Amino acid sequence: MLRVEEAEQVPVEFSAALTDQFADIVRRYPEGKQKSALLPILHLVQAEFGWVSAPAMDKVAAYLKLEPIEVYEVASFYSMYFLRPQGKYVLEICRTGPCCLVGAEKIMDHLEQKLGVKEGEVTADGLFSWRGVECLAACGYAPVLQIGPEYTFYENLTNASVDKLIDDLKAKGK
Amino acid sequence: MARKLLLEHINVPGIDTYEVYRSKGGYAAVEKALKTLSPDEVVEEVKKSGLRGRGGAGFPTGMKWGFLAKPEGVARYLVCNADESEPGTFKDRYLMTYLPHLLIEGMIIGSYALGAKVSYIYVRGEMMPQIRILEKAIAEAKSAGFLGKNILGTGYDLELYVQPGGGAYICGEETALLESLEGKRGNPRIKPPFPAIAGVWGCPTVVNNVESIAAVVPIINEGGEEYAKVGVGRSTGTKLISAGGNIVKPGVYEIDLGLPVEEFLYSDEYCGGIANGKRLKAVVAGGSSVPILPANLFLKTINNEPRLMSYESLSEGGFVSGTMLGSGGFIAFDEDQCIVRNTWNFTRFYHHESCGQCSPCREGTGWMEKVLHRLEHGHGSLSDMDLLVDVSKKIEGNTICPLGDAAAWPVASAIRHFRDEFEWHVTHASEAVSRNYGLAHYADPLPKPEPAAQ
Repeated sequence: MLRVEEAEQVPVEFSAALTDQFADIVRRYPEGKQKSALLPILHLVQAEFGWVSAPAMDKVAAYLKLEPIEVYEVASFYSMYFLRPQGKYVLEICRTGPCCLVGAEKIMDHLEQKLGVKEGEVTADGLFSWRGVECLAACGYAPVLQIGPEYTFYENLTNASVDKLIDDLKAKGK
Repeated sequence: MARKLLLEHINVPGIDTYEVYRSKGGYAAVEKALKTLSPDEVVEEVKKSGLRGRGGAGFPTGMKWGFLAKPEGVARYLVCNADESEPGTFKDRYLMTYLPHLLIEGMIIGSYALGAKVSYIYVRGEMMPQIRILEKAIAEAKSAGFLGKNILGTGYDLELYVQPGGGAYICGEETALLESLEGKRGNPRIKPPFPAIAGVWGCPTVVNNVESIAAVVPIINEGGEEYAKVGVGRSTGTKLISAGGNIVKPGVYEIDLGLPVEEFLYSDEYCGGIANGKRLKAVVAGGSSVPILPANLFLKTINNEPRLMSYESLSEGGFVSGTMLGSGGFIAFDEDQCIVRNTWNFTRFYHHESCGQCSPCREGTGWMEKVLHRLEHGHGSLSDMDLLVDVSKKIEGNTICPLGDAAAWPVASAIRHFRDEFEWHVTHASEAVSRNYGLAHYADPLPKPEPAAQ
């Protein structure tokens, strides 16, 4: 796996299919307000490449006729955009109060043990990374985790269901 | 069982599709509004209903609509706030997942009332499945003639779009949401000007919560006066409560405002009591931002009257002995929960989510988090409680947006009501993490009522 500094040097190309989706989004706003498309477009970029690199942000800036800094400042403000490479599957588990009342902290400990990496690190096979995130608005189904880019939800987690999820993803990801 | 105004058909299979929703009387309110009422008459019905904003602030929705500036030749916008992120709250996710057409129907009526030709539903980015559901439902409504050009032959045009957020609690604040919709960082704006004068792209804009907009549908169907008959006093209508924490049946419940809290907490129709046969220690009644109350003060007011699930009853006693209905994020804590740990957890949340614009909030939340962390882990001192209160007071009211207040209140209220537990964390430092302070005198002093008849 590339170091972040190396990964940042890799140029990106946007396919025609991807820029068609960009154009669809830009049409939602009044003339000249294309900057509004920035957040949705960054989601599409992340879904395509797994993270949002500086070269990708520069290309987005050029597409939307923005200064690169306007893209950087937004991508770094919002918690969903990854500014460094992640595992193929990023397990984001809710760590806020209501989830902790019903055992989210123990699930996080288990996740760390099961994957063998600390929060924010990537497993050696490149398949997984995990992190605690703030309230996912699913407190009635706690503890919960989500996996992008579709943000599929896994609810009422137990150690056993986490094990099964990881094993299934391992089989699928190989 | 109370009548459901929003969730009446929630269990009908396929209610998320246009055909089934329509067959259950869906979009009748759009027909009624567009064909028989003028935009001002729609606003008037909402005013008569007494509907108060369901996102947390409780500001009258009809009044907010009435404030919208209408300069000639300037576009106006309705923006739905679906950036649901208040810890404890998950009602909007539920509504959008199962009843997307109810929200869309409300958006059409609201946009018509305000004269908006384009409207947006700003959904938090993590709710990608709900975004897909809404986009599908919008396409269905459009092909059925309820969106697009010349809706129902009335000459009214409306386009509706879903806008994903990027993961930021602050974007639930309406001016931060508008900044985000413009493709910027979610930094709240100084008010005035209010969004009703200068909102998205400088145009007059109304921002309403998902549940507020959905409630417009029964208001138009039944009439504002009929809607106002439900509930109690100035708390009219029904409210979705997201119930979570240590209860038997977590979930989203629609209640008539004015339901006794005891019935809500213990009856089998709602929460079903405290899980695992334990006792109630504390409750956060309206999302993590509202003051936490010990069980005894939650169940009865300081005047020994039963507390009701209404804006007024929950706030009776002010912040000394009361709390707020807020967004309806109801979190119950059983006897084994640690108040210090939970307060630290919530404060970490606010520190993480502070946008960083105002120093009191940016620095104060981090400072409180540090102090609470050391208290929880047995490294605190007895002066820390006064320090926390002092810092919280210096955040409160000194920031552009209410996130500062929202971060200050949980800390101040936890120390107000549970000071002995904080002190115990200092005096019993070696056990601070391994053992729990327990229930002490906060125990529910009331006998548990008999379960309600099925």
